[in-house]
Amino acid sequence: MKLRERIDALKKPFGKGQKWERFAPAVNAFDTFLFVPNHTTHKGAHIRDGVDLKRTMVTVIIALLPAFIYGVYNTGYQYFIQSGIAFTFWDALLHGALKIMPMVVVSYGVGLAIEFAFAVYRGHEVNEGYLVTGLLVPMIMPVDIPLWMVGLSVAFAVLIAKEAFGGTGMNILNPALTARAFAFFAYPTYMSGNKVWVSEASNVDGISGETILGSLAAGNDVSYSMFDMFVGAIPGSIAETSTLWVLVGAAILILTGVGSWRIMIGGVLGAAATAFLFNLWGANALMSFDWISHLVVGGFAFGIVFMATDPVSAAQTTKGKWIYGILVGIFCILIRVFNPAYPEGVMLAILLMNVFAPTIDHYVVEGNIKRRKKRLNASLTPAS
Amino acid sequence: MSADITLRKGLAIPLEGDANQTITLSKSTNIFTLYPDDFHGVVPKMIVKEGEPVSLGQPVFFSKKFPEIQFVSPVSGTLSKIIRGAKRRILAIEFESDGKDKSVQHNVAALDELSADEVKSHILLSGCWPFIKQRPYDIVANPNTTPKAIFISGFNTAPLAADVAFVLGNQQKDFQYGIHVLAKLAPKVHLSVAADDTSFLSSVNGVEIHRVKGIHPAGNVGVQIHHIDPVNAGETVWVVCPEDVASIGRFFSTGAFDPSRTVAVVGPVVHQPSYFKTRIGAAVSPLLEAAGVKAATQVRIINGDVLSGVATHADGSLGFYNNTLSVLAEGNRYRMFGWLPFVGSKIFSMSRTSLSWLLPKRKYALDTNMNGEERALVVTGEMEQVFPMDIYPMQLLKECMVQNIEKMEGLGIYEVAPEDFALVDYASTSKIEAQAIIREALDVMIKEVG
Repeated sequence: MKLRERIDALKKPFGKGQKWERFAPAVNAFDTFLFVPNHTTHKGAHIRDGVDLKRTMVTVIIALLPAFIYGVYNTGYQYFIQSGIAFTFWDALLHGALKIMPMVVVSYGVGLAIEFAFAVYRGHEVNEGYLVTGLLVPMIMPVDIPLWMVGLSVAFAVLIAKEAFGGTGMNILNPALTARAFAFFAYPTYMSGNKVWVSEASNVDGISGETILGSLAAGNDVSYSMFDMFVGAIPGSIAETSTLWVLVGAAILILTGVGSWRIMIGGVLGAAATAFLFNLWGANALMSFDWISHLVVGGFAFGIVFMATDPVSAAQTTKGKWIYGILVGIFCILIRVFNPAYPEGVMLAILLMNVFAPTIDHYVVEGNIKRRKKRLNASLTPAS
Repeated sequence: MSADITLRKGLAIPLEGDANQTITLSKSTNIFTLYPDDFHGVVPKMIVKEGEPVSLGQPVFFSKKFPEIQFVSPVSGTLSKIIRGAKRRILAIEFESDGKDKSVQHNVAALDELSADEVKSHILLSGCWPFIKQRPYDIVANPNTTPKAIFISGFNTAPLAADVAFVLGNQQKDFQYGIHVLAKLAPKVHLSVAADDTSFLSSVNGVEIHRVKGIHPAGNVGVQIHHIDPVNAGETVWVVCPEDVASIGRFFSTGAFDPSRTVAVVGPVVHQPSYFKTRIGAAVSPLLEAAGVKAATQVRIINGDVLSGVATHADGSLGFYNNTLSVLAEGNRYRMFGWLPFVGSKIFSMSRTSLSWLLPKRKYALDTNMNGEERALVVTGEMEQVFPMDIYPMQLLKECMVQNIEKMEGLGIYEVAPEDFALVDYASTSKIEAQAIIREALDVMIKEVG
């Protein structure tokens, strides 16, 4: 194994007691991507499952790819359609790639730099969680966002939402959504309105890049067919428009067991039921917006499949996952209907439930503790 | 037959190298060893000195905390060596057998005439007491307590573990007698058998029989206790392995300690996995030679099953409790891009990130590779998937790590043993050492609560 020997030689100065030992996590992060290490079990079970965090996170990335690639295509498609230029499939893909790949590079670059720095500083290995976050961030941003804003949002999310709480596994809020929320609240004039959702919309006159929820909130009608909304040929954040390709990702997550189907189903049930009730009420355009369409438009599908299921920021108990999922669905529709300033509810709904997830778990676990206490008391008082 | 208890959670790891049901009388070397570490928490106080002669069944050391618990020699001959580690801690006690098996004879009256205390003192004197372990804490039972019940698991579900009914094949009488002995010590004796059991175990007298359906860890006595009569704070139950029940029974009918063991030598690198008749503390090398270990690989030899056993080495000996000796290839090799999902169907995974789930009948030659590095706890739900108890495993582990005693009690620390977390070790994406965490937590509880 020649390559292996070479790497071992290169890693020598980073070994225990060597000059650059402190930087070992940074080097290991690259090495373990090439090779699964030769570590063997030294206590506990002598055999271990084939799964590890890399495998899990890469599976999530695979699940994200269909939506991502469609998002790249749709970016170009929206641009060419709205500006009335003739185009081919490859033109659209190329246009999208030129817009989006720099965002991906910035997101990974800034985020991983911070992650590596903290791994070296804290002396632990680099966790793979950011591989997913780093791809999610550009996927949920508006396409015309400047790169520096992406970088700043990522830095805020990783530093404040993740590392400040102790790093991977400790964060309360989903980091990718935090980045999105930061951009939204820090640059509201930029992030709302109808100019950022289509590529070049702010530079080219005549492009109206309104999102469906945006136009509904403004009291206008929807000008897209159900089919377009389902496939995703509509303006919106880069990769959340296509319910179809999000569902493909959901299938991958559920089939592999990596994503929680309980949260997904719970979310859909919660949102559908709430939207259905509002349909019956029907006091404004968003209330009477068909409940099925509510599930299809905006970021709901993407959020519930890829963001709400983040195992760290979601509820962790089985029962808690149901409650959490259902509440995300309910709050998403509530925010959409009652908050005209921000018609997309799923981001805030998930962040809100992220905050409450530990409380949900607390009560579920407390139920278990109470059952045990009750059993103890029953055994102390002999049956008469 | 129908099951009394049906467990849907768990994992059957399809490991190669299950034992053929044949028993061979094993040759053995003349060296036999006792490892005090087999008796967790026992601080040994030597009775016999190095070089002194011993008889089979003669006490050689006792527990510092409970001096009435004695540990006896498995052979007659001499106590040849006491191997000590740091701070003079005793690691191993070696005996040189003279091959005569001259044994200590006890006068045991008929069982019907013995009171509970007399039965207890007989067991203590015989050297059979360490066969009785207690929950909570998973340690040798405290002889000063009366348990609310004694539990025996009549089937093994751990990967490749010895088949209980087969091991007990011609010891049915001793087993039944052992049950009668144990019945003197506790108000109730529970025996769990597999739901499809057709062996003599289903018709043993003097016990409450529970038919348990499910995959590993359904055979773990701790899981069975949890579903039959869970341990509350302040309560104690005792557990005994089936072959040890027969040994206790044999002592009461013959008056002599019987150190014999039927051991399954198993594992993917074993040529002819099968059963061997040997005894406690026998060197493992003749067993491995007889079963044949595929050479040219570094191997891990494990006293016990691959999930909860204790590693030993080629010059080591059988432990006090185990009747499974597992052999695995060491996995100290690199795998290029080994983390890629859906590549390489030879990787077995509980999650469906390997295509192994498309081949449900396939068996795997798993080795000791960690298959990744330790990470922060990220994935949730996988521990619950292999934990068929009304306990939140991850929450309990976290409270154990921070040693929050009140929370540990509330979340069920009294009901678990490290072996119940063996599959958590196995399944954890973040490669945490759950068994070690639980063991440490139980030790804290012993110290703080007692």
